Amino acid sequence: MEYIYEAFAKALQLITALDNELLAIVLLSLEVSLGALCIASLAAIPLGVAIGLRSFPLRGLVLSIVNTCVGLPPVVVGLFVFLFLSRSGPLGGLGLLYTPTAMVVAQIILAFPIIVSLVQSAVSGVDPMVRLTALTLGATPQQADRVVVREAGTGIIAALVAGYGRLAAEVGAILIVGGNIAGATRVMTTTIAMEADKGNFELALALGIILLSISLMINAVLSAMQQRGMRRNL
Amino acid sequence: MIWMTRTLIALACALVMPFSASAAEILCASTTSTENSGLFGSILPIFEKKTGIKVKVVARGTGAAIENGKRGDADVVFVHAREQELDAVKAGYFVNRHDVMYNDFVIIGPKNDPAKIKGARSAAEAMKKISASGLSFVSRGDKSGTHTKELELWKKIFVDPKGQKWYLEVGQGMEKTQRIAHEKQAYTLTDRGTWLATKDKDKLDMGIVFEGDPLLFNQYGIMAVNPEKHKHVKYAEAMQFVNWLVSKEGQQAIASFQDKNGNALFIANAKK
Repeated sequence: MEYIYEAFAKALQLITALDNELLAIVLLSLEVSLGALCIASLAAIPLGVAIGLRSFPLRGLVLSIVNTCVGLPPVVVGLFVFLFLSRSGPLGGLGLLYTPTAMVVAQIILAFPIIVSLVQSAVSGVDPMVRLTALTLGATPQQADRVVVREAGTGIIAALVAGYGRLAAEVGAILIVGGNIAGATRVMTTTIAMEADKGNFELALALGIILLSISLMINAVLSAMQQRGMRRNL
Repeated sequence: MIWMTRTLIALACALVMPFSASAAEILCASTTSTENSGLFGSILPIFEKKTGIKVKVVARGTGAAIENGKRGDADVVFVHAREQELDAVKAGYFVNRHDVMYNDFVIIGPKNDPAKIKGARSAAEAMKKISASGLSFVSRGDKSGTHTKELELWKKIFVDPKGQKWYLEVGQGMEKTQRIAHEKQAYTLTDRGTWLATKDKDKLDMGIVFEGDPLLFNQYGIMAVNPEKHKHVKYAEAMQFVNWLVSKEGQQAIASFQDKNGNALFIANAKK
C-alpha cells in the first residue's frame, strides 16, 4: 500500500516539476499514438464503411480475417516490422528502425483492424429502415449511404476510442521497433517497463498515473466529438 | 463526416511531420548493465560536448546487441562477451575491437547461504555445490554476457542444468533476475556493478557468497560495425567514439564514474 501512496505523491511531484525529459517523453507518446491512430483511421474508416454497407462475395471471410487481426499480439507485429525495417531486411534502405516513424508504422498495423472491425459493425448495425426511408423520400443510393454512415457516427467515434486505447497502452511492439532510446524513442509505456525493470516501482507507477490522466483527457475530447456528432443527427 | 476526415488528415500531418534525424548521431547497441548502472548517463555527455556527436543507446542483452550490429542496425557495439565478440570480428562483421574496462561477476545467494557456498575455493566448486544442493539457481537465459559466463561455468564442471527442476531460466535483465532470485531465495550469477547499484534499492535479502576467481573476470569491449558489410553505417563517427573511449580522457571518465553510494563500478583497462 505504501507504494501506491508514494506513487501518487511522486506523480504529483513529477507533474508540478514539469521536467523537460518527462515532457519530451509524454509528447512523443502522444505524437506516436495519435499519429498512428489518425493515419490508420484515414484508411480503416472508409474500408469499414464499405464492408458495412455492401455485401460482396467472401464478405464473411474478410470479416473473419479482420476480426482475427484485432487480436494480433503487439510483440509479433513489432517483430514483423523490425525484420522489415532492419538494415538487413527488405526495407532496410529507408533507415527507419529505431525511429519514431517505425513506432508509428507498427501502431498503424495494430490500430487498423480494430477500427475496421468496429466501424463495420457500427455501420451494418444501423436500422435498415433508415436506408429505406431515405430512399422512399427520394434520396439517391449514395445519399442513402451517407445517411446510414451519419447514423453510425457515434459508433465510428467509439471505434477511434477503442483504437486509441489499444495504442496508448501498447508496449511490446514499440519497444522492439523503437528501442527505448533515451531522448529519441523513449515513450511512456517503454519508460514504465524500464523503470519497473530497474526496480523504481514508485516512479513507474507515477508514470502510469500520468499516462492514465492523459488518456482521460483524450477520451474526454473524443466523447465531446461524439456528443457533437449526435447533435448533428438530431 | 467531412469535418472528421479533415480533422484526421490535419492531425496526422501535424503529428508525424516533426520526426527527422539530426546528422551527427550514432547508434550504439549495448547491454543493460552499462545503461542501467548509469555509466552511459555519466560519460556520454562528456563525449557529446567534445565532438558534437550524440550517441543513442539501445540497451539489450549482449547476444541481441551483437546481432543488432551484425544486421547493420547499429554503428557500434559495446558489450561483454569476449569470445563471442572475437568470433564476430573474425567473421567480418566488426572491425577495431578494443578492450575498454572490466568488472567482475559474483555469485549471490540467500544471506544464510543454505547451500554453504561460502568458503568454496573456486567458482567451479561453488557451482558444483549449488547444483548438488537441490536449491534453485536463477539463470538469465537470454544469451547475455552474464548468461554466457554462467554456461561456461556449467560446462567446466560437466553439469548440464537445462531442464533440471532447480534451474530457472527467466530470460530477463540482470536486475530483474536478481529480484527473482531474491523472491525465490535462490542463487544466481550477477555482475558486481549491477549488484552494488541495486542491492539496497531493491531491498535484496541476499549477499555475495563467492567472488574473486579470475574465471569471473568480466571484460567489456567495443567494436565498430564493418563499413564493408554495411555501407550505411557511420563508421567515421563510430571510430571517433571508439577512440575516445580508449583514450586517456575516455578511460578517466569511466574510472571516475561512481554509483550513488560512491562505489566505482568499472575498472578502465584499455591497452594503448
